[in-house]
Amino acid sequence: MSEQAKQPILSVRDVKVHFQVKGDGAWPWSAKRTLKAVDGVSFDLYAGETLGVVGESGCGKSTLSRAILNLIPATAGEIVWMGKDLTRGTAKDWHAVRKDIQMIFQDPLASLNPRMTVAQIIGEPLRVHKPELSEAEVMKRVRAMMARVGLREQMINRYPHEFSGGQCQRIGIARALILEPKLIICDEPVSALDVSIQAQIINLLKELQREMGLALIFIAHDLAVVKHISDRILVMYLGREMELAQKHALYDAPAHPYTRALLSAIPIPDPKLEKNKVIQILQGDLPSPINPPSGCVFRTRCPQAEARCGTEKIQLRQISEQSQSSCLLA
Amino acid sequence: MSLLKVSNLGVQFQTNDGVVSAVNGVSFELEKGQTLGIVGESGSGKSQTVLAMMGLLAKNGKTTGEALYQGKNLLAMSPAELNRIRGDRLAMIFQDPMTSLNPYLTVERQMTEVLELHKGISRRGAKKRAIELLDAVRIPEAARRINMYPHEFSGGMRQRVMIAMALLCEPEVLIADEPTTALDVTVQAQILTLLKELQRDFGTSIVMITHDLGVVAGLCEKVMVMYGGRAMEYGSADNIFYQPSHPYTIGLLGALPRLDHDGSELVSIPGNPPNMARMPKGCPFSERCTHASSRCADELPALAASSVNPQVLRACHKPADELQQAAQEVAHV
Repeated sequence: MSEQAKQPILSVRDVKVHFQVKGDGAWPWSAKRTLKAVDGVSFDLYAGETLGVVGESGCGKSTLSRAILNLIPATAGEIVWMGKDLTRGTAKDWHAVRKDIQMIFQDPLASLNPRMTVAQIIGEPLRVHKPELSEAEVMKRVRAMMARVGLREQMINRYPHEFSGGQCQRIGIARALILEPKLIICDEPVSALDVSIQAQIINLLKELQREMGLALIFIAHDLAVVKHISDRILVMYLGREMELAQKHALYDAPAHPYTRALLSAIPIPDPKLEKNKVIQILQGDLPSPINPPSGCVFRTRCPQAEARCGTEKIQLRQISEQSQSSCLLA
Repeated sequence: MSLLKVSNLGVQFQTNDGVVSAVNGVSFELEKGQTLGIVGESGSGKSQTVLAMMGLLAKNGKTTGEALYQGKNLLAMSPAELNRIRGDRLAMIFQDPMTSLNPYLTVERQMTEVLELHKGISRRGAKKRAIELLDAVRIPEAARRINMYPHEFSGGMRQRVMIAMALLCEPEVLIADEPTTALDVTVQAQILTLLKELQRDFGTSIVMITHDLGVVAGLCEKVMVMYGGRAMEYGSADNIFYQPSHPYTIGLLGALPRLDHDGSELVSIPGNPPNMARMPKGCPFSERCTHASSRCADELPALAASSVNPQVLRACHKPADELQQAAQEVAHV
């Protein structure tokens, strides 16, 4: 691929996010325990590309997205943006970077300040990052952006509670796009929306991406949505990478048992296919991220686990031109 | 006689903004061992339909029409009469297992209570039966875990407890209101497989409420599609999925990203969900429908047998064959 030859705009190298949580005992002095929300994730992102990040609740996908923007500081590892290592960056460096990396959140209403009007919400990034712009110029850009994401101009002085979920998400998208960023991190942007509205928002994101040449990191638990929008997909489980592959490689020939289980669990809206499908049911529950299994974290629920899965060092390795898997047996 | 026969069910709420009709003229029948799926987006009235049947509406809610269970109207029953049936013959699983279990009581107490009340079994016997049921829904170490509180279980395990609780008295009808929406896909697959097995073993009839067409496809024989408090289309799952004849059903299927084939662009339904306080005079979907004519906005289409397939009931002014042709064209793009 030609894109691969280019320099990545974002490189994430072995990023870890660990939290100190309350210890086993009830005493204030009992030893703290470490919760490994993200434990060694690496990937590259190229300009104009969409990377889908999937996994179930508690797999660390949201924490990872926040670590990239330093909303939650990474405990270890490197985040390199346009050749510049940000992990050792100052607050000023981060401020500059956020002009280029913006975020769209999951809960459309909760991510908008209820006491600000739409004009204030969408214009705020401009006021923060480009204070040299005149008020008239800010309003002009806000109006243009509202039209771009499909909001009527008459709505400009309304407050978030007057909008439906889909419209609120459009406001969130407008706010993220107004600075003309290079990368947008979308943290479950459609999971709170109804199917018909979800399709509107996905189409809008794809359209905007084409026009503005945006790169997207699209986080979701719905593999069908991720397949629709992504070029490459990263599958996470318990804070680790399981598989990182080109979209078609991942769906046509999943290389990791967890990816296979995840894919087989998705209900297909076709009665004949769905009723005759063989579902690979995962046994048991997700292990605790405080005390994850040794070796491969998925081995306690893996139908193919062998003894060496518990002892050998697990890391993502190239298994074909288009896919990387962390499974020893792949 | 059908096990459950709902005719012309309506639900109205008295609010500060006047009377809001959440459900209008919904009718369906359920035979023994059958599964009915009620599909719709938020605000379509699917949950209120079943809450009305179970006598669980909010205080400002009123019902019209009738819901006959073995010939007796559930909507006209006194709470005392209803209490003898619900939890025993009709049971319900709710969406959020954390807020529908009592956090103050152990799982054991919540489960044995049901058996003591409905079956008059002793506490000890009830506990034994409760453990059997927890085993049946595959909770490991059921005998030990039954003494735990709901917060000690994971989300999937809590939903299993809810299902076990609903099945304690071997109900004839199980109403599941979005039972897997709050769960991860792999856990959802576990729970749906469990429901299928239980239905096979106990012969329970299930009313499955969901917004996920994939869940319906795997579980249900009959499907009712609701929008704005009304039934839009009602028929067998095969007919609804393979020959949808209502613009809303066609829209829903087109808006869904699919794993099994590559769609280029999703066909989204334009506009926003309806405001229940200000419904259009005619068809509730007319404001967002690409096929709507002036007649649709003024005149409410009746739910009637389709001209193409009389087994399917649909509420649309536009003839079914024209719409199906349009749907085919969309599918081929």
